[in-house]
Amino acid sequence: MQNIETTHTQRALVIGGGIAGIQAALDIADAGYQVVLVERTPSIGGHMIQYAEVFPTLDCPQCIMTPKMVEVSQHPNIKLLTYAEVKNVSGKAGHFKVEILQKSRRVDHTKCTGCGACWQKCPGKANSEYNAGVSERTAIYIPFPQAVPAKPVIDTEHCRYIRYQEFVANKTQGKKPPECRICEKICPVNAIDWEQQDKIIMETVGAIVVATGFDLMPSNQIPGYGTDPDVVNGIQLERLLSPGGPTAGVVKRPSDGKIPREVVFISCCGSRDPENGVPYCSRVCCMYLAKEAVLYKNAVPDGQAYVFYIDTRTTGKGYEEFLQRGISEGTLYLRGKVSRVYRDGDKLRVIGVDTLSGKKVEISCDMVVLAMAIMPSSGNGKLFSLLGIKIDVDGFVTESHHKFNPLETSIEGIYVAGVAQGPKDIPDSVAQGSGAAGKVLALFAREKAKHKQPVEV
Amino acid sequence: MARVELSSKKLHSEFIKKVAEISGQNIYQCYQCGKCSAGCPMCFAMDILPNQIIRLAQLGLEDEIASSKTIWLCASCLTCDARCPKGVDLSRIMEAMRLLTLRKNKNHIEPSKMNRETLAELPAIALVSSFRKLTS
Amino acid sequence: MILSYFPGCTIKTRARNFEDSAIAVMRELGVNLEELPRWNCCGTVYSLAEDDLVHHVASVRNLMHIRKQGHQKVVTLCAFCYNSLHRANEIMRDNPDKRFAINSFMDEEDPYEGQISVSHLLQVLRDDIGLDKISAKVIKPLDGLKIASYYGCTLLRPKSAAIDNPENPIILQSLVKALGGTPIEFPFAIECCGSFQVVDNRDFVNERAYEIINSAMKNGAEVLLVSCPLCEFNLRQAQVKLKQKYTDFKGLPILYFTQIMALSFGLDIKVNDFELNSTETQEWLKKNKLVA
Repeated sequence: MQNIETTHTQRALVIGGGIAGIQAALDIADAGYQVVLVERTPSIGGHMIQYAEVFPTLDCPQCIMTPKMVEVSQHPNIKLLTYAEVKNVSGKAGHFKVEILQKSRRVDHTKCTGCGACWQKCPGKANSEYNAGVSERTAIYIPFPQAVPAKPVIDTEHCRYIRYQEFVANKTQGKKPPECRICEKICPVNAIDWEQQDKIIMETVGAIVVATGFDLMPSNQIPGYGTDPDVVNGIQLERLLSPGGPTAGVVKRPSDGKIPREVVFISCCGSRDPENGVPYCSRVCCMYLAKEAVLYKNAVPDGQAYVFYIDTRTTGKGYEEFLQRGISEGTLYLRGKVSRVYRDGDKLRVIGVDTLSGKKVEISCDMVVLAMAIMPSSGNGKLFSLLGIKIDVDGFVTESHHKFNPLETSIEGIYVAGVAQGPKDIPDSVAQGSGAAGKVLALFAREKAKHKQPVEV
Repeated sequence: MARVELSSKKLHSEFIKKVAEISGQNIYQCYQCGKCSAGCPMCFAMDILPNQIIRLAQLGLEDEIASSKTIWLCASCLTCDARCPKGVDLSRIMEAMRLLTLRKNKNHIEPSKMNRETLAELPAIALVSSFRKLTS
Repeated sequence: MILSYFPGCTIKTRARNFEDSAIAVMRELGVNLEELPRWNCCGTVYSLAEDDLVHHVASVRNLMHIRKQGHQKVVTLCAFCYNSLHRANEIMRDNPDKRFAINSFMDEEDPYEGQISVSHLLQVLRDDIGLDKISAKVIKPLDGLKIASYYGCTLLRPKSAAIDNPENPIILQSLVKALGGTPIEFPFAIECCGSFQVVDNRDFVNERAYEIINSAMKNGAEVLLVSCPLCEFNLRQAQVKLKQKYTDFKGLPILYFTQIMALSFGLDIKVNDFELNSTETQEWLKKNKLVA
C-alpha cells in the first residue's frame, strides 16, 4: 500500500492573513492538520484590524480579533510566515510545491523581545500603511500595537542607515546621509542584523486556500472629487475615529486638526460606475458609511453627518435596523450623487442633488468621506496567474460554480475565501474561511479513504 | 398632479420611442443617481431637474416633459454626459426632446420678434447657435 | 511653419481682438496662420441628434476644403469652431454609415474620411511649439500678475474632443506661468457660462457669470483669461448689470489669452484691438501700466 504522505501531503497553505485566512488556518489546524499561513505584510490582521468599530454590533475589532491572532501564532499546527510572499507554485492537488520568499526583516526575531526601544527612537519616517496614510510611522516598526508577531521589521526604503550604505556602495554624489544605526545601538539584545538576507522557503502542501482580500480604489480615480487632504476614504476615517488611532479617537481633520462640525459621506465612489470605475456594487459601503456616521456623531455630538446615497443596501442580520437607528439619530440621508467637491477657503463645497425632493443641494462642510470601490488586492493578479486559477473580468477569483461551488477555484485543491472571491462583509468572510477549511478537510479525508482501500490483486 | 396612470402603451409611446431613436440613448440605463442634476449649470433656473426629465421619460409622461422649462434652458454644456456613471448622454436626450417639438415647426424663440438692438449687440455665435437649438 | 487656420464668423466680426493678437503672436513664434480661403460657417454647434446629418455638412465642407488645399491639420481660435469641426471630423473618421451618407450627399469626387486633424491654438502652443519657446519670446514678463484662466465647455467636453484633462485642465495655467504670471486656480474654471442662453435668458447667464467671476475674484484673480468669443461676450456683458444688482460686486477685466501673450511679447499694441474689450478692461490695462 502506498504511503499517503508521498502521494498526498496532508498539509495546507493559506495565502493571506486577514480574517478569512485566519479562520481557515485555525479550522484546518484545529482538525489536526499542519497549516502554513503566509502573509505579505509584517503582521496578520488584514483590513478588519484597521476599523474603529464593526457594524452592526459596534464591537471593537482589535478586541475581538486579537484572541484569534494570538491563537494563530501559538497554535502547534500553524507555521506563521509574515513579511513573506508566495513566489511560485507547481504541482497539483495533494502535492503542491510552493516557493515562499521570506523577506529580510533585518531583525533577528529569535533574539528580539518586542520591547519597542528601537521604534521609539528611530528617526526615519514613512507613511503608515496601517493608518492608511493619515499618520506616519518609523522605518523600524511594528504596524500596530496588537501586531502578530509583535516584533519589528526594517523598511529598507525609509531606513537612514540603509540609505547610507547604498550611498557609500554606489559612490553617489551629493550630501551623505547620516550613518544612523540608532536601533542597533539601543537594542538590549543585539537583535538588529543588517546582513540578514531574503530567504527562500520550500513547502509541500496538499491544498491551498487563497484569502488575499482587497484594497480600496484610489480616491483620485473618480474625477470631480479632488485630492484635498480633508477628502478621505472610509479606512482613513476609521483610523481617525479609532480610540487607538493617531488622534486617539478625536476626529481631527487631516489639513489643520480642527474637529469637523459638518461631514459629508459619499456612497458609490467608483462602484456601480461603468464609465469611470467598476460596474459592480461593493456591498459593504452602505453599512460602513452608516456606521461611520453614527460613530462620528458619538465623537462629535453637535456635529452633522450627511450621506449621499443612491440605494441603501442593508442585507445582513441587524443591518436595516442599524441603518434606521442612524437615520433616527440625525444622520441626513440625501438621495443623489455628488457632482463635485472643491475647496472653498476653510471649507469644502459639495455640489450634489436630492432626487427625492427634486432639489440641487450644496453643502459647505469640513470634511468629506468617500466610499471608494473595493478592488482585488494589488498583487493579486500576479499571484492568481502563477497559481493558474481563473479570475473574472473584475479581477476576483472565479468560483467553480457560482451557486453550488463558491469556494472552489478552477484548479482542484485550490480554494478561495473572503473578499478575494468578491466584496463581502466580515461574517461572510469568516464563514467562507471556515467553508474553505471544510473543503480542505474533505479533500484530505477523500485521499485518506482512497488509500485505505485494499489494492486489487 | 400627484396621480398618474402607467401603462405599457404609455411607456412605449411614439414620443418615447422617438426620443430613444433621435438621441441614440437607452433611457433605462439611467439609475436616477442625479449626478447630472448636481452638475448642471442651468439647474437653478429649471422647474424640473434634468434627472427628473429622464425619469418622466422612463414613466412615459410625455406631456409633463413637453410643458417643462427644463429642456429649453439646457445650454448643451455636456457636463451631464461627462459625469454620468452609466454613460447615458443626457444632452442628447434633451436635444431629442427639443427636436420633437421644433420639428413640428414650433419655434421656441421667435427671431422675427427680437428687437434690433439685441440682434445688433449679440455676437453671431450666440445668435446662430440659439437659432439652431431653439428654432425649427 | 505654415498652419491652415479657420477663423469662423464671430472672430471676423466681434472678436477681431482675438484674431489679430493671435496672428501676431504666432508670427512672432515663427508660425504663419494661413487663413483657409473661401471658408464657410463651421456649423456653429454640433448637432446632438442621431438622425441629423445635414447640420454636419457645413463642417465637413470645410474639412474637405482644407484637405484639398493640401493641409494635414487645421487650427482654430474659436472654441465653438474647434468643437464643431473636431466632432464632425470624428464622425467622418469613425462612423462608416454616416460617412457614406454625408459623402454621397456632398457628391465630391474624393470622399472625405477624416484624413485631417482639427486642433485648437492652445494645443499647437503646447504640443507643436512648446512652452519653452514661448517663454523665450517674453520681453515684458507679467511680473507675477494674478491671472485666472476660464475654460468654459467646448474645449473640454466631450472627452473625445477634450484638449486637456476635462476636470483638471492646466494648459492655460502653464501658459500663464510661461509668461511670468501667477496662475490662479478657482473651482468655476470649467463651469458653463450659459452659452447661447444669453439670447433668451440673459438674466440666468448673468447669474452664472456672477458665480464664475466671483469665484475667480475670491481666489485672488486680478484678470480673467478666456479662449472662447461667446464666453468673452457673456462674462463681459453681465458685469454691468451685476454691478447694479450686487453692490459689492467689483468685476474683473477679461482678456483673450492671445492678448496677454501679445502684451508679454512686447508686440505693437495695435494687434490687440483693445477697443473691442470692455471699457473696464481698457482702464485696468492703463492703470496697471500694461499699456501706455
